[in-house]
Amino acid sequence: MKLRLEKQPLEWIDRSQSLTFKIEGESIPAFKGDVISSALWAKGLKVMGRSFKYHRRRGLLSLANHDINALFQSVDYPNIRGDVVSAEDGLSLTAVNTFGNLTRDAGSLVESIAKFLPVGFYYRAFYSPKFLFPKWESLIRHMAGLGKVDTNWTEERKHKRYHYCDVAVIGAGPAGMSAAIEAAKNGVDVCLIDENPFIGGSLDYQYVNESSLESVRDNLNQTIEEMPNITVISSAYVAGYYGDKWLAVNTQSGLIKLSALSVVVATGVFEQPAVFRNNDLPGVMNASAAQRLIARYGVAPCGEAVILTSNPEGYRAALDLRKAGIQVLAVLDTGRPSHDWYEQVSDLGIPVYKEIQSIEAHGKKQLHAVTFQVNGLSHTLDCDGLLMSVGWAPAGAPLYQAGGKFSYDEKVQQLLPKTLPQGVFACGRINGVFDIYDQFKDGKQTGLNAAEYALNQTLSPCDVLKSPTPHSHSYPIWDHPKGKAFVDFDEDVQLKDLKGAIAQGFDNIELMKRFSTIGMGPSQGKHSNMNGIRILAKLTGKSIDQTGSTTARPMFHPTPVSHLGGMRFRPERQTALHHLHVGSQAKFMEAGNWLRPEYYQSDLNRQACIEAEVLAVRESAGLIDVSTLGKMEVFGPDAANLMDRLYTMTMSNMKVGASRYAVMVDDTGVIIDDGVAVRYSENHFYVTTTTSSSDSAYRLMQKKIVEWGLDATVLNRTGQLAAMNLAGPNSRKILAQLTDLDLSNEAFPYLAMRQTQVLGFDATLIRVGFVGELGYEIHLNASDAVPVWQALMAEGAEFGIQPFGVEAQRLLRLEKGHIIVGQDTDGLMNPFEAGMPWSVHLKKPFFIGKPSLAKLKSLQKRKLVGFELLVEPSNGDSDESPLESNLIIESGDIAGRVTSVAWSPNLDKTIGLADVTMEHVELDKLIHIKLTSGALIEAKVVPLPFYDPDGKRQRPEELLEGDVA
Amino acid sequence: MPLRLLKYAWKSPEEELRFFPQEKPLEKEYDVVIIGGGGHGMACAYYLAKEHGITNVAVLEQGYIGGGNTGRNTTIVRSNYLTSEGVKFYDESLKLFDDLSEDFDLNIFYSTRGHYTMAHTDSAMRTMRWRAEVNKHHGIDSEVVDVETIQKDIPYMDVECNGQHPVMGALYHAPGSVARHDAVAWGYARGAQMRGVEIHQKTQVTDIKTASGKVVGVETNRGFIKAKKVISMVAGSSPRITNMLDIKTPIEVFPLQSCVTEPVKPFMNTIVVSGSLHVYVSQSSRGELVMGASVDPAELHSTRSTLDFVEGLTDQMMDLFPFTSRLKIMRQWAGMSDITPDFAPIMGKTQIDGFYLDSGWGTWGFKATPISGKTMAYTVATDTTHELIKPFSLDRFERFNLVGEKGAASVGH
Repeated sequence: MKLRLEKQPLEWIDRSQSLTFKIEGESIPAFKGDVISSALWAKGLKVMGRSFKYHRRRGLLSLANHDINALFQSVDYPNIRGDVVSAEDGLSLTAVNTFGNLTRDAGSLVESIAKFLPVGFYYRAFYSPKFLFPKWESLIRHMAGLGKVDTNWTEERKHKRYHYCDVAVIGAGPAGMSAAIEAAKNGVDVCLIDENPFIGGSLDYQYVNESSLESVRDNLNQTIEEMPNITVISSAYVAGYYGDKWLAVNTQSGLIKLSALSVVVATGVFEQPAVFRNNDLPGVMNASAAQRLIARYGVAPCGEAVILTSNPEGYRAALDLRKAGIQVLAVLDTGRPSHDWYEQVSDLGIPVYKEIQSIEAHGKKQLHAVTFQVNGLSHTLDCDGLLMSVGWAPAGAPLYQAGGKFSYDEKVQQLLPKTLPQGVFACGRINGVFDIYDQFKDGKQTGLNAAEYALNQTLSPCDVLKSPTPHSHSYPIWDHPKGKAFVDFDEDVQLKDLKGAIAQGFDNIELMKRFSTIGMGPSQGKHSNMNGIRILAKLTGKSIDQTGSTTARPMFHPTPVSHLGGMRFRPERQTALHHLHVGSQAKFMEAGNWLRPEYYQSDLNRQACIEAEVLAVRESAGLIDVSTLGKMEVFGPDAANLMDRLYTMTMSNMKVGASRYAVMVDDTGVIIDDGVAVRYSENHFYVTTTTSSSDSAYRLMQKKIVEWGLDATVLNRTGQLAAMNLAGPNSRKILAQLTDLDLSNEAFPYLAMRQTQVLGFDATLIRVGFVGELGYEIHLNASDAVPVWQALMAEGAEFGIQPFGVEAQRLLRLEKGHIIVGQDTDGLMNPFEAGMPWSVHLKKPFFIGKPSLAKLKSLQKRKLVGFELLVEPSNGDSDESPLESNLIIESGDIAGRVTSVAWSPNLDKTIGLADVTMEHVELDKLIHIKLTSGALIEAKVVPLPFYDPDGKRQRPEELLEGDVA
Repeated sequence: MPLRLLKYAWKSPEEELRFFPQEKPLEKEYDVVIIGGGGHGMACAYYLAKEHGITNVAVLEQGYIGGGNTGRNTTIVRSNYLTSEGVKFYDESLKLFDDLSEDFDLNIFYSTRGHYTMAHTDSAMRTMRWRAEVNKHHGIDSEVVDVETIQKDIPYMDVECNGQHPVMGALYHAPGSVARHDAVAWGYARGAQMRGVEIHQKTQVTDIKTASGKVVGVETNRGFIKAKKVISMVAGSSPRITNMLDIKTPIEVFPLQSCVTEPVKPFMNTIVVSGSLHVYVSQSSRGELVMGASVDPAELHSTRSTLDFVEGLTDQMMDLFPFTSRLKIMRQWAGMSDITPDFAPIMGKTQIDGFYLDSGWGTWGFKATPISGKTMAYTVATDTTHELIKPFSLDRFERFNLVGEKGAASVGH
């Protein structure tokens, strides 16, 4: 292992556990605790990936979860980040987006034609001649993209958890740890979240050799471990700050949805690379990356290092390298240092060049020299490491998402939080606090504030601890006539590209991003946005604040679909009678979440089964499970008023013991639901909704009660109650066997409702006629449904009773011309157009949609009509049969559409409903249906209902006065 | 290597004509002021200049060019609508889109992929057939296809949807396309500017002034501008503009959210929509899966992101494409959709002389960009409502003459 160092004091690797993985066939030794990149680097394999556009060789940059150039794929996953993903024994990886492999990549030919491919080149060509564009597009698409997807991958879904705490601290560096401890000491529950496997942050890689901090570090670690009210969530990041202190915390085992009373953002800063020629050569890296490499993995970043710096951190890195036995050839300072670390470095005999004027890196496959200018003189140093320490940018995504505002601080040369929402706090380097002891202090005072906020106490005042001197270069960018000065490593965006974009008018930060693609890659600009802002500000002569920044949206890091989607939860609802239907060979269909019998299977084919069910209902008796209907009970002094306001018909004058058809429309008069309402008592109604609208109708009712300030309550009893409809000429005889109630027409007329007992169980009976026969809808507790169904079937056996399904019911109701909301109505149909003017009681003072319906009454443009075919299609030829949604075409124009159509075994012809314009609604008028094949067939408008026009069958006795529509 | 790129051997892109002009002072008066520098505003300016010779035009944009819904949509272009009015209108839009790259001399990456709208229920199948029938009647290439056809074209889709609500069929619309949304706005902006139109970014209209029922100008954060004709093309900000003139519209604003995965190599060549699963997805030319769902459940004037959205979307995505569980969501965002009760736009003249409205674009504004610009330009230039947009007039709500596009527009943008 070429670059592996002696054991480091705080290293994360376990040298007693060796493992081996493979990159493009080559075996890579590693220790447990290594990430892919550290193991590769230890072996001296510095080319870890090929760049996005030019396929240049790339190595380590940050080792902080934005090394998009060290991106790998395995047979199982597409985009594996080498700088954070653990090396696992047996893992086999290849680099993404190469045309060949890491060493030989045909894609690098792109670089040889780079001058023809300036920023936004793809907007400039490939579109003419038009017919060639698909070829070019295919090529461009294949050149773009990163990892490969295997569409045979199986689905992975991870569990989600909810968690609650008083104070959430994001980032467990020196400030975050201090904040967590201080908050916890004040008696609140704290969650301390860090993306690394261990807490410590910069304390454990930037301050490893500060002996004075050893005891502080131990103390922090020990306190956090011992305090029972601090929960450490490690290897986890806050993917997004949503809503009010609602954090999506992504862990390796799944998502935690964390709700906190206050939030401390101690996420720190991202080190920003300098921009100069060949700044992307393997061997050029952020100084903090080198420090992480040494401290965490015991790997030397190089043999001979040059450090480019604008801040004290660069000097500290020099000392760390020296301590690890790495030769530091020189420190190149962009300014004139005046701090202690400069003295320490000088004392070690390391040359320090001050006020360097330019810098350039050299190397073919990796860095081998650096050229720089001081006082007009050019110097070249051979080296294999160039560490950049020129500045920082806030890891401010959670603050931005919380609604915080940043402004640029000229003293620190960094964007600092300016205003933060209540209960959201920031501390540490994100706050511009760089002195390590000040970071502890800032954490402490912020932790106190966060606890106070959570406890609803007055906030103690805080000291401003931000650094008096800059820690970032105001413009760490050195242009070169030959280019190759990279700003965004994900996207291969160079300084010249940004200059080109700006010159062409993309001189707004968002436009520059969109045109040049800076910040659009997987790291979302973590190492490029700040330099992009600086470049734009400089070239347009504006300040950083005037220039602004792009929006920091979730995700903080790309977050797996398997975590966000989580475990699959699709409830499937079965009625209380489900197992009976199974026993009767029901063929089920999905109706929303419900399963309903479509029909009951026998030796016959589907159509014959359905027809047998239909005939049973028409000739004797049938029984259908209608438990999926929405079932609402409405109580209270304002119950009648509420019902009047919700439905188009007057409900308040309905007698107790009666029922009424209930149509609901929206504000524009469009039918949205229908059902049956009954009145149990003066202040107590019960109403059904369609299966699909039970939830929406319930929500609407609740909302309107509040909106209108009514003293009424709605209870959604959909799941508690079962319902079945016993229909057919023999239904009365069958039901009579199970109840003492007088079922005679005088005692229980059509459309009446009775509360009684069936088979000894409490039940509500409603005499309805949806399918057009004498019938009773029976509503009862779900737990009582099975015996009642079985008893009805047993009593009905001698009459040949049949259970019937949704398909038979659809045909039965069609024969009666009854509509199905959502099938025969569309997004605009009102009750007049649906042929139900009688259902609209405009004399009521108010109901939803009344103002619209009052106008629409005289504006009718179309209507639902019944039709029958003039010539029946030849048997079995479905191409000749009209389908629902086939159009009505008159004189070449669309005049309507078929909403329902079926062959009626009772009427021995094809019947249907059609929504047609008013010119075509007259009886006996011929209309033309355009079949799917394009052929037109003739149909005739006929009166509704098709079957039993006088309604004698649902009211076998003469119609009595009562609540009848 | 296309010839067009060879010029960069001796010419740097900095030497090219600017897309957008340098900032300059506002004039005191323009013939036409367009509020909103998104796709629609830029397209209108372009066609005013190109087809009607009206170039004394200022486009005022409070933010940056194309920064509203133009830059936030999922770039799908299609014409498989439900009403005759919608179908004719969007079909014209598609025709214009097809030629835009050459018109602009700028590649908008108009990529015809084919567009599937999956049906998982009987009623969805009826709607698909209805749309197909209306489309075919108007000569639009749409058809209902069965599961076998879908599976053949998209073999990697789980038509069983993990065992619940399996796909029963789909509406297939061959002309369905995606385009680079930003480039559409830029192309129109550059074309308009070349013809003399002024574009002013970071210029916010704070009031619209009228005198005896006629527009006389707009008040901005940079001063007053005289103009006899003012067009509002501001999507989610429409209520703010119409409130200035006390014009009542039935527009409600709902956030519409989207997200993208990390880029991967191309594998998805069609656009897939599932209304029942609230998912639509296509793969961008950069390799990201671009995904969206239906609008948020409640009205809100905000572009904030929610966790619910991305949780719900990814959950449903995995039902259709199980392997996507191993991809990662990189970014999510939101736009503000100005939605009308009939899911059709509001376009044309208003009761105020000289004030024109182009709004109600809900979730379908991008695909209408060329045709809305063209028809609005015609309407403003000739003061005669263009035939294609007559059904979309504001007064249809008072006349109850709605268009009924809900079935095709509510999901599957």
